Amino acid sequence: MDASPSMLVQLLMPLALLIGAYFIGNAIEKKHYRELRVREHASRRFITVTFPYEPRDEEIVGSTLVTGSVVISVDYFKRFLAGLRMLFGGRIKSYEPLLDRARREAIMRMKEDARAGGYHAVSNMRLETARIASSSGNNKGTAAVEILAFGTGLKLRRRAPATP
Amino acid sequence: MILSNTENIPGKTIQEFYGVVTGSTVRAKHIGRDIMAGFKNIVGGELKGYTELLNEARQEAVERMEAQAKSVGANAVVNVRFTTSSVAQGAAELFAYGTAVKVE
Repeated sequence: MDASPSMLVQLLMPLALLIGAYFIGNAIEKKHYRELRVREHASRRFITVTFPYEPRDEEIVGSTLVTGSVVISVDYFKRFLAGLRMLFGGRIKSYEPLLDRARREAIMRMKEDARAGGYHAVSNMRLETARIASSSGNNKGTAAVEILAFGTGLKLRRRAPATP
Repeated sequence: MILSNTENIPGKTIQEFYGVVTGSTVRAKHIGRDIMAGFKNIVGGELKGYTELLNEARQEAVERMEAQAKSVGANAVVNVRFTTSSVAQGAAELFAYGTAVKVE
């Protein structure tokens, strides 16, 4: 009978981990989304396009490569949900916010990088996604992804009005 | 050295092409960072250690590409692209490539 407490612990540990991960993971995600909304709103006037930008009224006086990247991982609870979903197939809803957050964060960082360097627009923005493998070698499927956003930052100057 | 991921350097004209230049680096993860990342894997969120590590590595790949471009006499690299691949457990290759050109 002395084996039962340890068995109880073995059963309860993953459960506690799941519940803990659910609450902390959710709180982190909500906080991140709040911050993202504020920062995205603050930078909504910053021109970011996915094609080579040609301004009409301004001339380009400088350019450089700007990047923004983030490595983000999903919490234990969501990984568990995804594991269940993989039995049946279909849409893994719990992973979608992860990639959404990472992408928006990477784009925001790229914009902030451009703005910090005194650039006024980002032209030809591109996004890349890479999976980061865990070095512990467990097959639990570490859901860490790196998202890289990069583009060409442009310095713009208003054209002098043409003299007649 | 001017870098751009567009087909030309905005506001400038290309005078000469020097062909493809590349830069790469393979990095392994620091054990301390990996333990922190293991913890973060439970609650989710950004793995700051990895973000920094990959940023440093990418910077190094870009610097190598710039050095190569400089050695062939170019002063700019256009159409820069990046790739990341995990070559082994715990190691990633960061690769940057582009076309070396001379602009006025």
